[in-house]
Amino acid sequence: MIDFVHNRRTYFILAGVLVALSVAAMLVSYVTYGQLVRIGIDFKGGSLFSVHFTAPVTEDVIREAFAEEGYTSTIVQQLGDPADNTWQVRTSFATTDQINAVLERLEEITGAVDRNSSVVDTVEATVGAEVARSAAQAAGAAALVVLTFIWFSFRKVPHPLHYGVASVVAMLINVIVAMGFYALMGLLQGWEADALFLTAILTVIGFSVQDIIVVFDRIRENIPRHRGEPFSLIVNRSIMETLHRSLATQLNAMFVMIAILLFGGATLKPFIAVMLVGMLSETFTSMFVAVHIVGLWEERRKSRPARA
Amino acid sequence: MNRKTITSLVLILLLAAVALYLVVPSQHPEWLKRLLVWQPETARSLEFMQGLDLQGGLQLSMVADVPAGQELSVETMRAAAQVVEGRVNALGLSEPVVQVQGTRRIIVELPGIADPEQAIDTIRDTALLEFAEPPAGAGEAELTPGRVVSTTYGMGEDVTPPPGYYKTILIGDALDSAFNTVDETTGQPMVIVRFKAADTQRFYEYTRNNIGRPLCMVLDKTILSCPTIRDAIPNGEAQISGGFTSESAQQLAIQLRYGALPVPLKIESYRAIGPSLGAISVEKSIRAGVVGLLVVFLFMLIYYRLNGLAADLALALYVLLNLLLYKLLPVTLTLPGIAGFLLSAGMAVDANILVFERMKEELRHGRSLARGAEAGFSRAWTSVRDSNLATLLTCAILWFFGNAFAASLVKGFALTLALGTLINMFTALIVTRTFVRVALGLLGEERVRRHPWLLGI
Repeated sequence: MIDFVHNRRTYFILAGVLVALSVAAMLVSYVTYGQLVRIGIDFKGGSLFSVHFTAPVTEDVIREAFAEEGYTSTIVQQLGDPADNTWQVRTSFATTDQINAVLERLEEITGAVDRNSSVVDTVEATVGAEVARSAAQAAGAAALVVLTFIWFSFRKVPHPLHYGVASVVAMLINVIVAMGFYALMGLLQGWEADALFLTAILTVIGFSVQDIIVVFDRIRENIPRHRGEPFSLIVNRSIMETLHRSLATQLNAMFVMIAILLFGGATLKPFIAVMLVGMLSETFTSMFVAVHIVGLWEERRKSRPARA
Repeated sequence: MNRKTITSLVLILLLAAVALYLVVPSQHPEWLKRLLVWQPETARSLEFMQGLDLQGGLQLSMVADVPAGQELSVETMRAAAQVVEGRVNALGLSEPVVQVQGTRRIIVELPGIADPEQAIDTIRDTALLEFAEPPAGAGEAELTPGRVVSTTYGMGEDVTPPPGYYKTILIGDALDSAFNTVDETTGQPMVIVRFKAADTQRFYEYTRNNIGRPLCMVLDKTILSCPTIRDAIPNGEAQISGGFTSESAQQLAIQLRYGALPVPLKIESYRAIGPSLGAISVEKSIRAGVVGLLVVFLFMLIYYRLNGLAADLALALYVLLNLLLYKLLPVTLTLPGIAGFLLSAGMAVDANILVFERMKEELRHGRSLARGAEAGFSRAWTSVRDSNLATLLTCAILWFFGNAFAASLVKGFALTLALGTLINMFTALIVTRTFVRVALGLLGEERVRRHPWLLGI
């Protein structure tokens, strides 16, 4: 039997390093863009053009076309494979007339705009603010539901609070790591947080509860079965017993996500990638962090001299 | 193998056959489609519904362009949506969606549209119609059609118009109907407008007090025409005549009819997706799905052997049942929706894995195979229930979040993930259990015991 409890310190340090790196990425992002994770037009408003050209074009030409229509501060990026000739341009909010004018100017200059394979997205700032508000509400609701769920699942174990706190800590680590990854990709690849980013984060939150519950469930079951065993042994036994299941399940979910990353379109890439990172973090925290927090707590309690 | 197992097996196979028939062929008899009574009568079909990101198209969100404090009634927004819908239908698209969202927003979805600009122009033409009193002392120039003017719309009922402003008396939502006809005595083309009963009295009072003075019809702050009030109009029916050709009379009638928006709208967000882009996305998603699921199938088979085979069969049925529900309900498929489905399929085997790991454990403890299997299924139930409940709760939150601002992408993901989770409870537990029982029954307890590799131990 592998002694998971013995290596507890290593896992905690590893978790700490992951969190520190993620926070660092978010801080760099904050210094660079003024946001912990680069915010996309869904939340702050603006326009996003993904234009496909039938022939190679240069960044300067695109920039020029937008500048001629009055959009001087544009962010121009090539999307996917250079051979795809697809470019992404971010501007301030443009009305439908302005979008049309820009696309026509672009066609005039390059003669290679393929509108049938292009996407234009535009959101007014007021809508963005509303979306941001409902996003905050959703996150709040998720936190509340998760806490209630954990409390309900473990209301019959001794010290349900310990399990609750451990689950929340693990969940926070997962969210921080996922956000840190996105912040990093924002710095490296220009990824911006959109509604799907939030969807991924909320999904990670949901899944992390799920994974933790499986391990905790086993501990709950093993406590009466192995009465008299030290708690650390019960924890270790529970991890061992659920290890196969956790790994097999995570692997299957990851197979699917990796397939979407490799073969699916570019649109979903950031969404799936952040979910994958969140899930990797989940696998780690559910087996190597959450349970040990409970274990540590339990040992402290036992080693404390009983009060008279 | 007892009778109960055989019955379940037969039922499962029957279900699989029906699902396979409904999902795979593209042609189904008409009477079958008519059975789908929960779908809207005009659009009953057994096709997959593709979202905007898969077939291309246009999504517009329009908001009432009035001061933030101004209250808008549900009826007003609904009426505005109806007008927009009338315009959209004129485009002749297959499945346009026009929806009121919240208290001041209208969402329009036009799948598969080739020319988004034309569509926007058509929708935007639905302008605000006002009946307005020209400023005192207005001369010929102030009454010329085509002149752009300012009105007191939105300033309140009894406001004194600022200099040069036209005072709004009634707006488009007071209009019941408008049509062009020919004056029987003079043979001149004219337009007849009819007010709703509620506003007939107001119009009567106004006209009675203002005989001999001009009243302007203003469409989107542009004067359409300024006829002179000849008589008090008690029946809520006004004739507009003079200077029309039959074409211009018809055009005005149409503008009045379709321009009768109860509230001005402005486009606040817009998403246009090129149709060929959608086709590429579909192709890529299918490829990703096939590869991802194949790996899952192989993994289960290699890792759990005989049990894995049972799980794979259950997973195949799972995929089939999901696709069937997408057709029947129907579910509009989007890219994140497909991702949600694939993810749920990858996780669908989770319940199986829980059970199989339990079975292995029980066997290692020396219990009999059949007993081990049953114990595995019954013990794993709490874990499966809890973790699936967690997923469903997450989906519910996502759904409400997506609903708050019409993010059909977020909703698509939440819906397919939730559906998958529900179907999973059935396939992973009931279906797999039946298959495992059948396999043990056919092979016999002894034979499996002699070859533990069959269970991957």
